[in-house]
Amino acid sequence: MLEIKDLTASINNRDILKGLNITIKPGELHAIMGPNGSGKSTLANVLSGKDGYKISGLMKYEGNDLKKMSIDERAQKGIFLAFQYPTEIPGVNTSNFLRTSLNKVKKAKGEKEIDSLSFLRILKNRSSELGIDEKILSRQLNVGFSGGEKKKNEILQMKILEPNFIILDETDSGLDIDALKIVANGVNSYRDKKKSFLVITHYQRLLDYIKPDFVHVLSDGKIVKSGCMELAQELEREGYNKVRS
Amino acid sequence: MKNQQINHDQDYKYGFTTDIENIKAPKGLSEKTIKFISNIKKEPKWMLDWRLKAFNRLKVSKEPDWQKPKFPKIDYQDLYYYSAPKSMKDKPKSLDEVDPKLIETYNKLGIPLNEQKKLSGVAVDAVFDSVSVATTFKDELTKKGIIFCPISEAIQKHPDLVKKYLGSVIPISDHYFATLNSAVFTDGSFVYIPPNTRCPMELSTYFRINASETGQFERTLIIADKGSYVSYLEGCTAPMRDENQLHAANVELIALDDAEIKYSTVQNWYPGDKNGVGGIYNFVTKRGACRGKNSKISWTQVETGSAITWKYPSCILQGDNSVGEFYSIAITNNHQKADTGTKMIHLGKNTKSKIISKGISAGKADNTYRGLVDIGRKASNSRNYTQCDSLLMGNSCGAHTVPYIKNKNSSSTIEHEATTSKINEDQLFYCNQRGLNQEEAVSLIVNGFCKDVLQQLPMEFAVEAQKLVSISLEGSVG
Repeated sequence: MLEIKDLTASINNRDILKGLNITIKPGELHAIMGPNGSGKSTLANVLSGKDGYKISGLMKYEGNDLKKMSIDERAQKGIFLAFQYPTEIPGVNTSNFLRTSLNKVKKAKGEKEIDSLSFLRILKNRSSELGIDEKILSRQLNVGFSGGEKKKNEILQMKILEPNFIILDETDSGLDIDALKIVANGVNSYRDKKKSFLVITHYQRLLDYIKPDFVHVLSDGKIVKSGCMELAQELEREGYNKVRS
Repeated sequence: MKNQQINHDQDYKYGFTTDIENIKAPKGLSEKTIKFISNIKKEPKWMLDWRLKAFNRLKVSKEPDWQKPKFPKIDYQDLYYYSAPKSMKDKPKSLDEVDPKLIETYNKLGIPLNEQKKLSGVAVDAVFDSVSVATTFKDELTKKGIIFCPISEAIQKHPDLVKKYLGSVIPISDHYFATLNSAVFTDGSFVYIPPNTRCPMELSTYFRINASETGQFERTLIIADKGSYVSYLEGCTAPMRDENQLHAANVELIALDDAEIKYSTVQNWYPGDKNGVGGIYNFVTKRGACRGKNSKISWTQVETGSAITWKYPSCILQGDNSVGEFYSIAITNNHQKADTGTKMIHLGKNTKSKIISKGISAGKADNTYRGLVDIGRKASNSRNYTQCDSLLMGNSCGAHTVPYIKNKNSSSTIEHEATTSKINEDQLFYCNQRGLNQEEAVSLIVNGFCKDVLQQLPMEFAVEAQKLVSISLEGSVG
């Protein structure tokens, strides 16, 4: 699904990723943990194609060279980033935005656009699964949403757009325990043999609910250690410094 | 080109040009030109006298020069003041010669090809038949006592109303361009809504400039009698040319007791090319008088075209409890310039005004909001709320907010909020990550930014305006 070799990324002449390697197969869930400034969010940005980075190395997604694809092409091909800080877009209705987005994805797949009634039905089902108050769907996108509502809205978008490769960028940050469980359930119910995940997090807490197949420690732009769930527990116990050394 | 004299242009209605081909007044601004116009329109003597009075005033009047966009001196003697498009024979311009961008734009707007040909002066079709609501629904409107006709027709058929109200909101001595318009205006709409009548449909006029080297001087007069309501729409387009053309319109609105006028504009004059060559000078005076108690005038404008837009649709709140509103979107791209806003003059007690202005600037364009809120001594318990938001796209454009605030009554309040922001990278990234390309993302964000104003437009117009907003900004980011 995703193959990354010797990936480097710099911004404003500052090196952030310094030769990162990771391979993610269909159906796998990989967790990336690491201290502040280790390059976790940069990895999410680079994978989704955000401008401003100087990049070298190999990034292959389903056989395609990611570097040659624009942000929207990647999104249409099934790469989804659940943002750490979902941005507010005033004046844009949440459910209209979602429908526009879904139709872009459908069009890229060569499918027919969805009519508004069918869309509303899907939207209703998916949002009730996530305990999202339907009222927020008629509000402006992310404007005045609580932290929990924003994150749930990201997961809702994931479930509606049906991507194959999902990056969760610190989706657990700012969530209370109830919201965390709902978000985790949302992710778990979406996992299957074809979908792959890259879960970026500071804490083991999220991984108690979303069981990873692999855990990687990112430090200073490189993966310094890889393992299973035990590694996350070790990190929680010992701290990053110990593991790094 | 022949100057063929036709005695009476009976069939002339704005939007239609079929029967007035080849008519042209002698070049230049003179008494002779004014008499020509008055004569060709078979005007009564009082109208000609009124025009000549304005012309005399013009001789001692000077162009204002306080505005932000500067422009080369206009040679008023080098213009035609009355003209119709030349015939196809005289103007062998094929569709291939038309800027493909214009074609593309109109295709995107869903205007059919024959309409498009007409817009660019290639062919004259009867397509505007359907646009001329004045003709289409005349019977239905007449039954209700509503008058909706070209102002030239009103001068002949309803002289008492015209005499009473013309120039009563914008006096002929008001300022240079208003005076010029009073002297040489050619056509425009006249609307009269009788007491206690709700106009059953939107009234709409579609203005366009056809001929070259010609100024357009339209005049519109709308009177809403006691307890009446009317919603009026105005649309504008012009063919592309490498010359600058002057459009100096006067629009006067009068609302009597308990009456309401809603006036919407979607202005899409030719803005000039990418390098700022050509385009319309849109120097327009629009003013409404809330003359009666509890009256209301609401201006909504979407200004996307013109090389220079210079206008301040205003409200004079004379009647007690009267309400004035101004909702504006002004978009400037490439080398376009806009200096636009409103004046809210509070004279009566308990008068309210609301100003929502959204300025968007891209390319090398410059966008100024200029507005006056003036609360008079007797206007007790009056209120104004102003919100001006500017959005910048790129690093070479400008946005300016110039509010003038005068409050002479201690029981009245004025609120002013202003923001300036750049189009947000994070917002673009977010939209892109959800599968929207750059232009779709910009369009979505900008339309969101303009939403408060767009939702003031009547339905049919809102959709078109939304598309226009997107198209005006294409290629401005990324």
